[in-house]
Amino acid sequence: MSLLEIKNLHVRVDGNEILKGVNLNVDAGEVHSIMGPNGSGKSTLAQVLARRESYDVTQGEILFNGRDLLAMKAEEAACEGLFLAFQYPVEIPGVSNAYFLRSALNAVHKYRGQDEVDAMDFLPKLREKMKLLEMDAKFLNRSVNEAFSGGEKKRNEILQMAVLEPKLGILDETDSGLDIDALRIVASGVNAMRGPDRAFLVVTHYQRLLNYIVPDRVHVLVDGRIVKSGGPELALQLEDTGYATVGSAAGAA
Amino acid sequence: MGASKVASAIQSSQALETYAEAFSVFEKEAIGRELPWLRKLRQEGFDRFNAVGFPTTRDEDWRFTNLSAIAQTPFRMVRNPHTLPSARQIEPFRMVGAACTLVFIDGCFAPSLSSIGQLPRGVTVASLSAEIAKNPSAIEPHLGRYLSVQRDPFCALNTAFIEDGAYIHVAKSVVLEAPIYLLYVSTAHEFPVVSHPRNLIVAEENSQATIVEDYVSLGGKALCNTVTELVAADQSIVAHYMIEREDAQSFNVSTLRIQQGRAADVASHSVLVGAALVRNSVHPVLNGEGGECLINGLFVGSDRQHLDNYMLVEHASPHCASRQFYTGILAEHAHGVFHGRIIVHKDAQKTDAKQTNRNLLLSDTAQIDTKPQLEIYADDVKCTHGATIGQIEEDALFYLRSRGIDEASARRLLLTAFANECLDRMKEGPARTHVDSLIQNYVASVTGSAPIQASPAAVGEVK
Repeated sequence: MSLLEIKNLHVRVDGNEILKGVNLNVDAGEVHSIMGPNGSGKSTLAQVLARRESYDVTQGEILFNGRDLLAMKAEEAACEGLFLAFQYPVEIPGVSNAYFLRSALNAVHKYRGQDEVDAMDFLPKLREKMKLLEMDAKFLNRSVNEAFSGGEKKRNEILQMAVLEPKLGILDETDSGLDIDALRIVASGVNAMRGPDRAFLVVTHYQRLLNYIVPDRVHVLVDGRIVKSGGPELALQLEDTGYATVGSAAGAA
Repeated sequence: MGASKVASAIQSSQALETYAEAFSVFEKEAIGRELPWLRKLRQEGFDRFNAVGFPTTRDEDWRFTNLSAIAQTPFRMVRNPHTLPSARQIEPFRMVGAACTLVFIDGCFAPSLSSIGQLPRGVTVASLSAEIAKNPSAIEPHLGRYLSVQRDPFCALNTAFIEDGAYIHVAKSVVLEAPIYLLYVSTAHEFPVVSHPRNLIVAEENSQATIVEDYVSLGGKALCNTVTELVAADQSIVAHYMIEREDAQSFNVSTLRIQQGRAADVASHSVLVGAALVRNSVHPVLNGEGGECLINGLFVGSDRQHLDNYMLVEHASPHCASRQFYTGILAEHAHGVFHGRIIVHKDAQKTDAKQTNRNLLLSDTAQIDTKPQLEIYADDVKCTHGATIGQIEEDALFYLRSRGIDEASARRLLLTAFANECLDRMKEGPARTHVDSLIQNYVASVTGSAPIQASPAAVGEVK
């Protein structure tokens, strides 16, 4: 059984069909990358997996850890171990990062019937993870994402993922807007989490991130369908030839 | 329609008559009736009220607030309550950490429920009635000297019935760290009860104090029409808290008139979460150079609550700063009003006045009327105002839920964060702690979930 099984997924957004039959299996321990041009449906796929309700699934099925993901609410999916690092993290004025992180972790613990984490136990672990992502301690008292730079927001997403320790981490264009230093920090945060029980789905437009987070499989999404899959070399090839050739090849096939 | 208008006019005039009858008895019996200045003050108040009656929505200052429920109810005063609630009934309301507690039952000071305790030298806390009887010369220079009975019929009515309330005097250079706590309790009677608490707070030069007024109810239909005159002399620092959390049968009309001296620093914090109808009027006059005034408020309404905030900030001297921040959260059919008026007088150059009103509407039927009004007669001033009305952001809600936080908790977290902006403007201390737990409870009640123990900011604080 794969950790994630997507079967013939069709999704409409505001009446337009964006995903037109996506099939994808991701096993635990693997890193898969979804690459594709703008508008191909990459972010829609990420949002549907995170259970955004405004996206209308018209056909297909998604199994997460053998369970029907489409029957779950966003918070259930998160508690079951699915994490989406947002392309555009949301600012939440008035809620401190420390409080937010602990609330989220406790919500997950509660769902799994585990004990709540108190602040004394939580903080040392959090500090350790922040160090890995080269984040300043002041960050804990700041409101979630408020007045963060683009790089800080993306690092914050990875920090949340490190705290929640999901089974599946979905990175939605985490590389967009990152300079090379920030990209390295984010990638090392992700790599530190790689392991036999965890999988990642790295959604990106560019190949550069994949130099740092080396995927096991690369899938090319064009116009709502996966038109080609291969190993990490496929990403390099795309960098040279662009998406147009892959798309047209698929169209011709 | 014509007939019903006539009917309501008749009812209103009947209600006015009950006030006239009450006044004719009151003026003969009231404490201090032998003092000519006080007699005159009461008479002027009554004459004014009798001449104008209750305001209507045709009055610009009352445009959004229909008072017919108040005007048509034959309220009666209770001047000598013979049965007091028990200490145990009062206990849950009390604030922890107060320097002293004065309890008023239906507007009358209740010594047996109060505790004045050991106050620092130079701090006088008493009931106004006791002070009128014992030491009228202390209050004569201040009482009724700042509040104009011409401006507002409720102030006129309160002035007509001046007798009880709190009297607080903080002598020159005295610093009182713990708050003075004033608890106003309305109780059930066979008839609707009106009370007119009148508070006089005088903070002399270079003194510091915090005063908390807390309005609660133990059932019964009640109108509480309160007036507080707060004199903040030169260089004094005063924080005033107004907490309204009466039940759904209550009406609360309050006026806080602040007179600020040179470099005086006053903060007015209002937290309105209760009563069927609330009119919260705050009127500071910055009357000496370099004065600063913070007017901070939060109103949380649900059901059919009507919460009206009327701010009038007068800059009468140069180099003064005023900051108004009012935050509204309205659910179900609640109706909020924010009327923020700033007057900058001719000589008040270098005025820095700011006004912000932010609102969240949690339902399609909740309503807010927000109205800034700037009148500037000086030519070198900085005045800004802004108002926002919004809903809970779906993106923020989804973001929190995607981290495992269930929807009700996520809503509560966002609302608490919104409300906490008001809390963050209060200084740390017993008054803020008292208000904090109230806010968490009411915010939880409008989101229909359990309250969180402390505010996220406080919990998230990491050194």
